[in-house]
Amino acid sequence: MLETLKQFSNPEISKILLEKIYEVADRYKNKFGKEPALMEVCGSHTMAVAKTGVKKLLTNHVKLISGPGCPVCVTDQKSIDAMIELSEGENRIICSFGDMIRVPGTKRTLMDAKTDGKDIRIVYSPVDAVKVAKENPNKEVVFLGIGFETTIPVLAVALKMADEENISNFSMWVTTKLVEPILRKLLNEGEVHVDGFLLPGHVSIVLGKDHYQYLADEYRVPGVICGFEPVQLLAGIYQTIKLLLNETPEIINAHRHVVRDKGNPQAQKLMETYFELSHEAWRGIGVIENSGLDIKKEYQHLNAKLRFPVKISEPKKTKCRCGEVIRGLIQPEQCSLFAKACTPTNPIGPCMVSGEGSCAASYQYMRED
Amino acid sequence: MTEKISLAHGDGGELAHRLIQDVFVAAFKHHDHAQLDAALLHVSSKKLAVSTDSFVIKPVFFPGGNIGKLAVAGTVNDIAVSGATPLYLTVGFILEEGFLYKDLREIVTAMAIEAKKANVKIVAGDTKVVERGSVDGIFINTTGIGVVTDESSLPRKIEEGDSVIISGTIGDHGVAILSARGELGLLTELKSDCASLNALTVDILNSSTKVKIMRDPTRGGVATTLVEICEDFQVAMELFEDALPIKPEVEGACDILGLEPLYLANEGKLLVIVAKEDEAKVLEVMKRHELGKNATSIGQVVAEGQGKLFLKMTLGSRRRLNRLTGIQLPRIC
Repeated sequence: MLETLKQFSNPEISKILLEKIYEVADRYKNKFGKEPALMEVCGSHTMAVAKTGVKKLLTNHVKLISGPGCPVCVTDQKSIDAMIELSEGENRIICSFGDMIRVPGTKRTLMDAKTDGKDIRIVYSPVDAVKVAKENPNKEVVFLGIGFETTIPVLAVALKMADEENISNFSMWVTTKLVEPILRKLLNEGEVHVDGFLLPGHVSIVLGKDHYQYLADEYRVPGVICGFEPVQLLAGIYQTIKLLLNETPEIINAHRHVVRDKGNPQAQKLMETYFELSHEAWRGIGVIENSGLDIKKEYQHLNAKLRFPVKISEPKKTKCRCGEVIRGLIQPEQCSLFAKACTPTNPIGPCMVSGEGSCAASYQYMRED
Repeated sequence: MTEKISLAHGDGGELAHRLIQDVFVAAFKHHDHAQLDAALLHVSSKKLAVSTDSFVIKPVFFPGGNIGKLAVAGTVNDIAVSGATPLYLTVGFILEEGFLYKDLREIVTAMAIEAKKANVKIVAGDTKVVERGSVDGIFINTTGIGVVTDESSLPRKIEEGDSVIISGTIGDHGVAILSARGELGLLTELKSDCASLNALTVDILNSSTKVKIMRDPTRGGVATTLVEICEDFQVAMELFEDALPIKPEVEGACDILGLEPLYLANEGKLLVIVAKEDEAKVLEVMKRHELGKNATSIGQVVAEGQGKLFLKMTLGSRRRLNRLTGIQLPRIC
């Protein structure tokens, strides 16, 4: 297995693939008069193409556009304000994934609230938050549940555990997102032109290859599910451009060792059991109907939004253009705040905070100045 | 009953005396230097090196060491990488009421063992006990005093072509600590590299007069340490991605958590910038030493880009490495 994994980052294979991409990309340019524009849907892909240097090496051959697949980046500012407000309550412990706590709301971050003495803890899994609740029976423990389909089943596991063990002081504040509605919105509105998709490796483990067939059938756009190592990324890009050259929109699973056609039925069942569709607000985009999941009515006792309602006003507009970045309309460098007012030390928008954020990837991996 | 530290252990009375005699003197000895309120030290050299550091770590005990070993090795290393020979340490303890006596004894024993290994004497100390909740178990401050000879005087002028050498694998301490916190569900046997480097630095300085600067890449890791050198001395360096020695388990943990090995803390690693013509000689000397057996060249000083550190990627492109921004936070998916 280790040998197989090593092959995924083999520089010799990567260099051969790079040459092949240059060749097909140039053929594409000759045929269609422009570079092929591929969107990496997933934030981890955005990070990986920047970190490995793939994005730089493909400049002037392939246009790589960052997509909306970073859960932190798409979390609405109002949701962050609500989470901070939630932490202000008496006798409360807020548990969160790490990268959420530095994302700015209207005025403050969860980190600021933590510095002010609020009990905000970083956990590595929602199940750990349930354990915190068990260890602190006299306090209300709230887990901030954000994420795409990769994370939602794990949120469900925590809800299941709290429900079955009757842990009355645990609840979850959920604002999750689904991949399909946002891809449909991007394609329907056509603000950004995408020729093909690099489909998310992690999300696809849950959803399966067949889930994406609508892209090929309804929109005539090809997509390749790929992993995160250089060889996997380059192979995915190469295959997508070949599909474009041949004008055969298909969905290819290039991550077959972990992604199945039907995905992970057990994870899907967990999602169906505990969650139902909800209208979710996406940062910089607005509310998209049925674009996320929230806790089902029968598990309302675990829903922090109902247990601890908070009132939040409309946030003030800033010059932050994260909304356009996650829709692939602009590159991070085109935002006037990028690397000036907005840096990882002093982030204005979530794309600069998140470990999967497009601005953070550009700041960390693309600059030489 | 398990003996615990109480507030009375910090009041200067009988219990405080017993604590000092039973724990600290028993471990560190009562050197002649320490008979007055201040330690009177014999220092023959013209130049002294002084360094102080406070140690707070969670958990206090971790694979490969504990806060005490770290507090000795950490300050010894700060003196050693300056080109000085560490001779004496002072130690300050801040203990939380309720801290277990047996844990303190274990920590202090580890300090004594490490001090002996590093050939330094612990000559002065202080203990305070504070109410439960005021500190997290135990905090330790150590101050080190060493001597510098003219021959070992660093830094020397860093020039284009100089080599960047590291004494071993990167990020072991950082991952060992994360894993020891038990929050990650990571099963790794990885130990912290916590160790005193002064014997190694002496060997290096004896072997070459062309060592430009040495550093131990602790918090902020290799990248942050080298960025600081680049900025302080207005030079540019390029690291080679495919030359970085990283254990598979460190790489695996970083992949899972979205962390960068180059920014993880090391507590027993040495960075050496040396003129190219002495690179082989220094590497050979380092490899003969237990703490440098995996020493390898990882980069070079380059002409363009003063004040900046770059990473030459395996696939051919290059990117700038900045210092660590804030804390490394684990990602969501």
